[in-house]
Parts: sequence; C-alpha cells; structure tokens
Amino acid sequence: MLEARNLKKSYGELQAVNDVSFKVSPGQLLGLLGPNGAGKTTTISMLTGLLPPDGGAVLIDGSALGGDTDPAKRRVGVVPQDLALYEELSALANLRFFGALYDLSGARLEQAIDAALTLVGLVDSRKAAVKTFSGGMKRRLNLAAGLLHDPDILLLDEPTVGVDPQSRNAIFENLETLKSRGKALLYTTHYMEEVERLADRVVIIDHGRVVADDTVAGLHARMPAPANGERVTLESVFLGLTGSKLRD
Amino acid sequence: MRIPLFAMIRKDLQVYLTDRRAVIMTIIAPIVIASFFGYVFAGASRRDEPAKIAVSIVDEDGSSVARAIVSGAEKDRNLKLSEQTRAQATEAVRKGSVSVAMIIPHGFGDAAARALFSGRSRPDLTVLYDPSHAAEMGMVSGIMTQYIMQSVSAEAFSGDSASRVAEESLQQLAASGMPPEQREKLRNLILSVQSYYAGAPPAGEAKDHVPGLAMPYNVSEHAVTSGEDVAYNGYAHAFAGMTVQFVLIAAVDLGIGILNERQRGLWKRLRSAPISRRLLLAGKAASGSLIGLLSLLISFTFAIVVFGVRIHGSIVGFLAVAAASAIMATTFGILIASLGRTPQGVRGVSMLAVLVMLMLGGAWMPAFLFPAWLQQLTFVVPTRWAIDGLEAMTWRGLDLSAGLVSSAALLGFAALFSLLSLWRFRWEE
Repeated sequence: MLEARNLKKSYGELQAVNDVSFKVSPGQLLGLLGPNGAGKTTTISMLTGLLPPDGGAVLIDGSALGGDTDPAKRRVGVVPQDLALYEELSALANLRFFGALYDLSGARLEQAIDAALTLVGLVDSRKAAVKTFSGGMKRRLNLAAGLLHDPDILLLDEPTVGVDPQSRNAIFENLETLKSRGKALLYTTHYMEEVERLADRVVIIDHGRVVADDTVAGLHARMPAPANGERVTLESVFLGLTGSKLRD
Repeated sequence: MRIPLFAMIRKDLQVYLTDRRAVIMTIIAPIVIASFFGYVFAGASRRDEPAKIAVSIVDEDGSSVARAIVSGAEKDRNLKLSEQTRAQATEAVRKGSVSVAMIIPHGFGDAAARALFSGRSRPDLTVLYDPSHAAEMGMVSGIMTQYIMQSVSAEAFSGDSASRVAEESLQQLAASGMPPEQREKLRNLILSVQSYYAGAPPAGEAKDHVPGLAMPYNVSEHAVTSGEDVAYNGYAHAFAGMTVQFVLIAAVDLGIGILNERQRGLWKRLRSAPISRRLLLAGKAASGSLIGLLSLLISFTFAIVVFGVRIHGSIVGFLAVAAASAIMATTFGILIASLGRTPQGVRGVSMLAVLVMLMLGGAWMPAFLFPAWLQQLTFVVPTRWAIDGLEAMTWRGLDLSAGLVSSAALLGFAALFSLLSLWRFRWEE
C-alpha cells in the first residue's frame, strides 16, 4: 500500500536520506526506528509530501505521490510529533477544521468527528477548549485529527511522547483497532518496548540508510543470546546495529 | 478548495475571537486612542471661534502707544492675552503656559513714532517664544504688526505728541542731508495728515473710523471641505490614523502567529493535507484581511455614531479603501512571517518597520505638516495611501475616483508583499 522506494534527500553536503526503501502493507504496523539524526524525520517528511525527494519515490498502491494537491494525499493521515492543535479552540472546533482540510463537511464531517472522538475516548470533552486538556488527552485528540478522513495509511511520528501510561495504553488499543480495520500504520518512536508490542515489522535506519528491515523476532534472532541468560531485547539489537556512540 | 479555504478563515476568526488581547488590540484600543487624539486635535473644529493662542504682553513703556497696542491685541479673536511683568512672562514661556510673550520696552512709543518717518533708531520689540510653538510665534508677530502700526501711526499723526514728533523727525531728516525742497514736501504731507485728523470726528462718532494706518482689507475666511455646511472633523483624521496603526499591529501579530504555528508543527499538519501552498497563504490573507476590515469598520462606526464623523465622499470608495488597507496590512504580516525565522527574532524588527510606516504615513500627525519634500517622499509608504484615502472619503468628501486611486495603490503594495512572500516563504523546516 505505502512504499518508500530508493528515497534520497540531501541538505547541501549532508546526505540525510540515502536510498531508503521499505513497504507498509494493509493491516500492518511498521516500526521505523533510528537514533537522532538518522534520517527518520526527513523520511517521514517525504512520505507526508512535505519534502520532495531528490531521488526515488513515495508510492501509494504503486502510484507516485505528486505535489501538494495530489488527491492521493487523502489516503494518508498524519499524526505529527508536535501537538498540532489549536489550544484556544474546542476539540470539536479543531476536528471540524482538520476534517474540512480534506473536504469533509456537513453530516459526513460530523459522523467522522463522532467516530474519531469515540475511538480516542474524548466524546465527553468535545466542547472543552484544548488548553484545558491533559497531555494524554491532547495526544489522543492529535491522533483523532489524523484519522478524521478515514485514511488507508496512518503515519505516526512519536505519538506517545510525554503521556501517562493510561493514555499510552489507550493509544495502543486505538492502533490495534485501526490495524484490525486494515489500515497501514507507520510508527516512529524512541520507545523500543512500544515497537516490540505493536510492530509487525521494524525498519531501522542510521546515517540515512536502512540497516535492518525485519520482524521483531527476526531482529532478535540476529543477536547472540547473552551469556547471563537474559533474553535479547529490541534495544540491544538496536544498539548493536547503530552503536552506542551518543548522537546530537 | 472552497471547503478548506472557508475552514481556514473560520478557524482563524474563531481563534481571534477567543483571544481577548487580540480583540482589545484591534477593536477597543484604536477607538480609545483615536478618541483621545481626536479630542486633542479636533478642538478648533468643534467651535465657531478659532483656537486662541496664549500670549503674554509686557508693557514697560506705559505710553499711549503701548496702551493702544495692548488694547487692540486684547480684542483680537485669535489671541488669549495676559499682561504680565517681564519676569512672569519669561517664566510662563519657559514653562510652556504661553507660546509667545511680547515685551514693549520703555520709550517704545516715542521712538517708534519718530522712526516711522526717519526709519532710524528703531526701538527693539522683544518677542520670547516657546521653540516647540515656532509657528505660533510667526502668527503672533503678524497679528501684532497690525496693532503696532495702527497705534504708532495714530500717535504720529494725531496724538498729543504728534507736532513734536513731526518736528523732531524733520530735524533728523535735515541732519541727514535731505534736500530742502523734499524736506518741505514731507513736512507739508505730515502737517496735512495731522490737520486731517484734527478735523475728523472723534472716535466712535464715525463708523469704521480708525486713526492712524489701518489694515486696508478684511480677511474673509472659508474652510474648504466637501461642502459649505461641512466642518472639518479632526476625529476623522485621528480614526484614520489610529485604525490603520492597529490594523498594522494586528498584521504583525498575524505574522508572528504564523511563525508560532510553524514552531508548533501546525504547518506540517496543514501541508500534509491535499491543499496548495497558495491556498494556505490565501486562507491566512483572507482571515487577516477580514479581521482588519472588521476593526476598521467598527472603529469608524463608533466615530460616526459618537463623534459625528461622516463619509462625505463615496461610501463605495470608503469601503474600497478600508478593504484595501486591511489587505495591504495582512500581506505585510505574511511578509514578516516569510522573512522571519522565529517569533522572538521578528517581533522587534517588524514593530520598528510598522512605527516608521506609521510615522511617515501621517498616522500620528497629518502629512500636510511635513516638509514639502517629505510629503512627496512618503507616497512610497502604503500607510500614507491608506490614511489619505480614508480622509478623502470622510471629511474631504472627494469622489469615488480618489478612493479608487488610493485603493489601487494599496492593492499594488499588497501584490508586491504577496509576491515577496511567495518567493521567500520558508515552507521547509
């Protein structure tokens, strides 16, 4: 459904993304991991149409994603890392606005809002100003805003940063539900346990290149079992592939 | 694309209305400040009488000439005269309680009468003035010249010392080497004038009889506005200047708001939707222009209802200038967002730019007070067109074409700002 094919992007001398390729299929959650500066954000920006690739293509069902107004962008929902919400407005007003960006209006828009708010458990807070929400509620509303137009593909950029365990668990359950509905989910995070719980497949990138593309079990199998009898974790695999050196 | 565009406009209006500070800055503040400036500057226009200039006069002479000067000046409709000592008058000017003080020194009357014929040994008349009211000094000097000439000539021709003054003057002329036949003609002239005044009816019996030299004309004053019954309303200028000022300040806030939204990641989310970059900027431009227009219209409605400002020109022209002003200001705000990187970095520079535009545009003081070269130069500033256009449609009462010229100039600036914004806007983080 969503394919990154040989994506390349440079900023002057810096090759931020170099020949990155992967696929996300319907009903699958792909975890995209990488240390700071590995090229994750640039890759996500190209997948969402914010940045044009210097080389390669973003394909949706085999068709290359075009410019700003490409109708194929309707099939993609974005849940950005930042809380991209208007704090002064109510949850309802925010969702009405983001829904209208995808040409939703009238009864269709109201139904979509009801469905999204129900999914994230914010029906009772629909009329409250976002600035009165807790961090977890804002994260859930952020997710709802990306789901309004019922996209086939959902790109989630660190959607659980700074939320309490209850809200994080609620978001995970939402994502499981979406997966079961056949949505293709791309999920970036620095929390390895989230990927271990949710991901069907994991892509690890470093220095702009894909260094691993496998299932969680497959990645575990790449590392020898520790001598102390502890089990292999995704974090140890990640550190084994990307090194322990601090990144800026 | 209609639904996203309307949604962007509606959202920005909702955000604006929930921001109490923004509403105060765009609606309340211009009304309050324009009302204050209108009251201060519109004083003269509210009365039939002109604003009087506060003048101190110091009579150290005490002669009949000096008394006549003081008496004449006291009756002048343009002056608010007070007699003081030299020390009091100097202090009053220094403190700014009077604009001008005129000191008639001892011996002024005699010396001035003699100098009338000989032109020599002219006495000094000291004028003290507040340098911040230099224009008023010129006006007072002009007004006082009338009373001084009248009083001195009356004394020279008909006063108690007229004969003595004439004789002394002629002796001085003789000493100067004037040929005897010319001196005799001048003597005859002086004696004839003295004889005329000696035989004239006493003051008060003949209407319009004024001894001495009188002003040979009356000034008929007519304020030229949109009509004979239309008075200049200083509130019209104050509201034009202040509403344009706050619409521009709101535009700076708009630009900073765009930068804030970019920092908060909102623009990434907007751009991930299938809408064009032009539409995104158009949405901002439309909502900003609507808010600016709302501010202008509410402020002027207040001025119309409370202060009697009237649109004596074209209503269509007024609306066109108001709309074009709002569009110009909004595109300026978007340009700020295009050139700036962070909200913090752009605030100071953009406010400085706005203040310069307002100063040169005549928002604080009418542009006609500027030097001629500056008046021409300020046409390169869009605020000048906005304020001139609003004034043209209100108290000047000019026709639609004047409004359309201002509107076209403002839209030209808006087009320039838009092109620069599209060129320089940083879409990629």
